[in-house]
Amino acid sequence: MTSLNIAIAGALVLLGVGLYGLLIMRNLIKIVIALQILGKGAILALVAAGAISGQTNLGQSVAVTLIVADTVVAVVGLALAVQVRRRFGSLDVNELSTLRG
Amino acid sequence: MLPLALLIVAVLCAVQAVRAARLLVSAIWLAGVSALVALLLYWLGAHEVAVIELSVGAGLVTVLFVFAISMAGEDLTPLKSLISRPLALALVGVSVVAIAWLALPLIEQPVTGESPFGTLLWQNRGADVLVQIVLIFAGVLGVLGILADEKRPATPGVQTADMVEDVTPELVTEIVEPEKELA
Repeated sequence: MTSLNIAIAGALVLLGVGLYGLLIMRNLIKIVIALQILGKGAILALVAAGAISGQTNLGQSVAVTLIVADTVVAVVGLALAVQVRRRFGSLDVNELSTLRG
Repeated sequence: MLPLALLIVAVLCAVQAVRAARLLVSAIWLAGVSALVALLLYWLGAHEVAVIELSVGAGLVTVLFVFAISMAGEDLTPLKSLISRPLALALVGVSVVAIAWLALPLIEQPVTGESPFGTLLWQNRGADVLVQIVLIFAGVLGVLGILADEKRPATPGVQTADMVEDVTPELVTEIVEPEKELA
């Protein structure tokens, strides 16, 4: 098993762990953490795919864009979590609904 | 063998980040995932991305998480997940198999004659760089969102400190000394 195959397998496992976290978590900050794990898997997959196809630099340039996007998602998600905690007193996504009836 | 060991530890860190009860512990495990992924990227020959991932993923994002958790506070109440764990595992398994089945055949055969990283990033993918600049501005707004103070909703008949600041000195004189105004 080459290191590239290992990286692809690892990317798929990280994607799975992140997706599992997204499905079962109700805490807003834990959801952002699960999104970050998903992002790590995607970065690893992009670089590994670039290395397999002989275009490492192309994979790297796309991965840099993904790192920036992932960081901004984390920042905006955390800002939302802080404001939700102040407004609703909880980080539970199930308590965010203000519609009744 | 080293990449395999790095990968196994990274996956274990990711599982612990999802399982940990305390948010701060989850953030530390996530920093571990970032550092190990950066090592894997370096092993794959993506040196520039490895450095960026280590500084941004393991450094900046971890600081942001610790800062946000200290602002929001720990929520230690155990929350029952909305869907059952076996169903979640089944969905994850189906999704990962589907991604592997659809994406792996798309990886092309080796291509020769690739441009340098700098040329690719600044010339061939210049639009991406512009999008990144816009995203960074969005991130700045996000940080301002974390730091923003809470504004209390105005209650009818109740004056808050914010409302008093808007009152002009002339109006205060009229309210405090109405007879002076009449005279």
